[in-house]
Amino acid sequence: MTPGDTNMDNLLEVQNLNVKFRLDGGNIFDAVKGVSFDIPRNSTVALVGESGSGKSVSAMAIIRLLPPEQAIVSPESKVIFNGTDLLTLKDAPMRHIRGKDISVIFQEPMTSLNPVFTCGDQIAETLRLHIGMTRKQAWGRAEELMNEVGIPNPKLRMHSFPHEMSGGQQQRVMIAMAIACEPKLLIADEPTTALDVTIQKQILDLIAALQRKHHMSVLFITHDLAVVGEIADHVVVMQGGEIKEKGTAKMIFETPQHPYTKALLSCRPNVESRPKRLPVIDDFMRPEGLRPENITQQTRGYTADDQIVLEVKHLSKKFQLKDGLFKKREVAAVKDASFKLARGKTLGLVGESGSGKTTVGLTLMRLHDASGGEVLFDGVDLLKLSEREMMKYKRRIQIVFQNPYASLNPRFTVGQILLEPMVIHNIGANEQERVQMAMALLQRVGMPEVSFYKYPHEFSGGQRQRIAIARCLTMKPDVLICDESVSALDVSVQAQVLNLLQDLQDEYKMSYIFISHDLAVVKYISDQVMVMSDGDVIEVANADDIYLNPQQEYTKKLLGSIPKGWQGEANAKAA
Amino acid sequence: MSAVLTSPPTPRHQASPGLWTLAWRRLKRDKIGMVALVVVAFFLLLMIGSYTGLIAKNWAKEVGVSYANPSFMAGAENLEAAQAATKDTGAKVPFVDLSDIDPLAPKYAEWEKRTAEIKITDTPRADTLLFGGDKWGRDVIQKAIKGAETSIFVGLVAALLATFIGTVLGGLSGYMGGKTGDFLEWFYNVFTSIPYILLILAFAAVFKRGIDTIIFILAFTGWTGIYRLVRAEYIKHASREYVKAAQAIGATHTRRMFVHILPNVSHVCLVQLSSHVVQFIKAEVILSFLGLGVPVDSVSWGTMLAEAQSELVIGKWWQLVAASVSMALLVTAFSMLTDSLRDALDPKIK
Repeated sequence: MTPGDTNMDNLLEVQNLNVKFRLDGGNIFDAVKGVSFDIPRNSTVALVGESGSGKSVSAMAIIRLLPPEQAIVSPESKVIFNGTDLLTLKDAPMRHIRGKDISVIFQEPMTSLNPVFTCGDQIAETLRLHIGMTRKQAWGRAEELMNEVGIPNPKLRMHSFPHEMSGGQQQRVMIAMAIACEPKLLIADEPTTALDVTIQKQILDLIAALQRKHHMSVLFITHDLAVVGEIADHVVVMQGGEIKEKGTAKMIFETPQHPYTKALLSCRPNVESRPKRLPVIDDFMRPEGLRPENITQQTRGYTADDQIVLEVKHLSKKFQLKDGLFKKREVAAVKDASFKLARGKTLGLVGESGSGKTTVGLTLMRLHDASGGEVLFDGVDLLKLSEREMMKYKRRIQIVFQNPYASLNPRFTVGQILLEPMVIHNIGANEQERVQMAMALLQRVGMPEVSFYKYPHEFSGGQRQRIAIARCLTMKPDVLICDESVSALDVSVQAQVLNLLQDLQDEYKMSYIFISHDLAVVKYISDQVMVMSDGDVIEVANADDIYLNPQQEYTKKLLGSIPKGWQGEANAKAA
Repeated sequence: MSAVLTSPPTPRHQASPGLWTLAWRRLKRDKIGMVALVVVAFFLLLMIGSYTGLIAKNWAKEVGVSYANPSFMAGAENLEAAQAATKDTGAKVPFVDLSDIDPLAPKYAEWEKRTAEIKITDTPRADTLLFGGDKWGRDVIQKAIKGAETSIFVGLVAALLATFIGTVLGGLSGYMGGKTGDFLEWFYNVFTSIPYILLILAFAAVFKRGIDTIIFILAFTGWTGIYRLVRAEYIKHASREYVKAAQAIGATHTRRMFVHILPNVSHVCLVQLSSHVVQFIKAEVILSFLGLGVPVDSVSWGTMLAEAQSELVIGKWWQLVAASVSMALLVTAFSMLTDSLRDALDPKIK
């Protein structure tokens, strides 16, 4: 279609959208380069891409919520909504469209809701502002909306403050506000990324149901193709500010054309198969002939002759909370957890937020003090050691944290970060030797040697996670705890880091405790899986057994919530 | 930073810009900040020059007539100088011959001979000075430069000391929390419950006058704000993952506090330091103005302003202008530099 043409079947047409950002020092960054796509009426369009692909910037440009002092939307860009170009609209009519005809749900419900007003107030305010309802009408309608988005006991919950609700319920309130004015277009910017898998499923179902019921269009922005497969009619794949491929969901999932799309579809581990090595983007970008056909499957699981490195017996951790002025209340974060970790094997720890899985990891390392139980490491109970005695064992159990942006000291160079543990634990005879070891480790984790002189902020998330892994390797640990270590990474990067972890395990015979909320990733990397909920250990079994034949109700529910991805047209949402 | 973590033995060929280099680059792009920096640097040079005796060494010399006019208003009448001159001549008493009863009479001849050997050069007192003179005919510009030395020195050293106290206590309180934190908080609360000026006056009354006393007073009453800010920063950072990671690799408390966290909050300390320099320069001026400041044999902007009080009544405005303009210039430049520093050191480096 030539720019300027509009098709009345389309609710929104984005034509040749270009967005530039002014950076420090007069540099210009092209965030979105000539993006064009249509959103047909009454349909769901998914905008998929990894971080930095320009997907959110495109969406924010549509509703003109980009910071005007930094963002430049070039004049040839057009966003035609119902026949009007939103980009040339005056501020006042734009405000009217925003919130009434087009509304947005953001990723973080907690920060998007105002903490000092009740949820009812906030929904009612939208109705009063945009539709001009009276206070009473608005309140009544808000209650209906709360009911519609599936908040139990809406009459009572209208008076709840945002912090009194769970993350899922907060997101429901956000959705209620977004659909309050019966918008024609709902923009959902990663609405389920911050939520647990079971809640994610409910929210996705809710959005799909509301879309059908209100005949609205949805622009669904996400990094997760598996989520897209369940709800989208059309898919737009973006990378580096450009559209790589667009088409119907069927086309994208069944006959992807662009190598990037193919890569995205196969980098993510799934529960059905377990290749020895996950394919990464580079494999697909190479010329056709070089693609490795690594369908070799890996078998996993504990065997009888495994040597046990770490044995945890009846571990418990209670936190004391202040309740009232003098009273104290105990909250059990971990109740009676027992498990064994074999040398060179991986124990996966899964559960939703608040299940106590991270607490287990931190307590093992004595970053939290345990309230009871034993942690036997080579027969020694770590929990009973003094600080001084513990130093010897500290280097043998190490941890890689979730957020690669927070776990490296921003004022240290990578060299300092890697040398520090060696200095503390007297590894290496002298400075020279330590530097050599650090350089070798950098290479081992796939980083160039010049990284030694750089600061963490110069690296991407995946690279930083490699540095964090290298820091642990300097101490040659026997046990490595990976606390959601790949959760914050893009799928393609996640695949690379998982491959690296697997290689390192094979090479150094390390044991991993792999903590994650992502069941597919845990299935891929673990020999044994422990499912936790509310501090209780629900089930421990070999990975294959637990996924094929879950014994407990909770495990079944958890497995049932994994996004299925594209299930063929039959299972796709009823048109 | 500890000795072992400094530059590795291999040549740092590809060294990347650290925080301070990046901040300097940002500051260089900030025009107002650079102008302010030049002004501040100029004052610091003045201070060093005057301290080492390169300039304003003879500030105490009475080179002009009393209240000498500034040279650009040479024609204006100077009643005070004229009065002083007539007083000199008027002091001559009529001569009475007492030699017959004077027991010292025989010695006069000898004394006169010896007096003649000593050369008396009565320095000619200038009628005008570049920017006028004070009551004793001292050059106001030289006085202002010498006064700048005192004021800036007091401000800088007191601010350094206050920042040090505030940072150490704030770091301890924020990082340790618990009982240590509570104790320091109580101490802080008790300390700040005493009215600030009263505290300063109490200290000033107890100790003897002197530059070191002022520095002590300002530092020991001025650390509280820095303490609060640093404490807040430490509370924030202590729970960050990089500190947890340091704990996981076995770093000690001291190491985590000073090697890991301190460089991450140092920008706060620096901005606080520079804003306290401004605050303390003003405080010193106020103290000296009230007569609680620097001793009488030295000069600061505050003592100049105190003198200017009585001078203004008789229309001698130049000392007031010299002191207040130079102070205003430095304080404004320093404040603007502080703002620019804060922008340049914004820790949101990606």
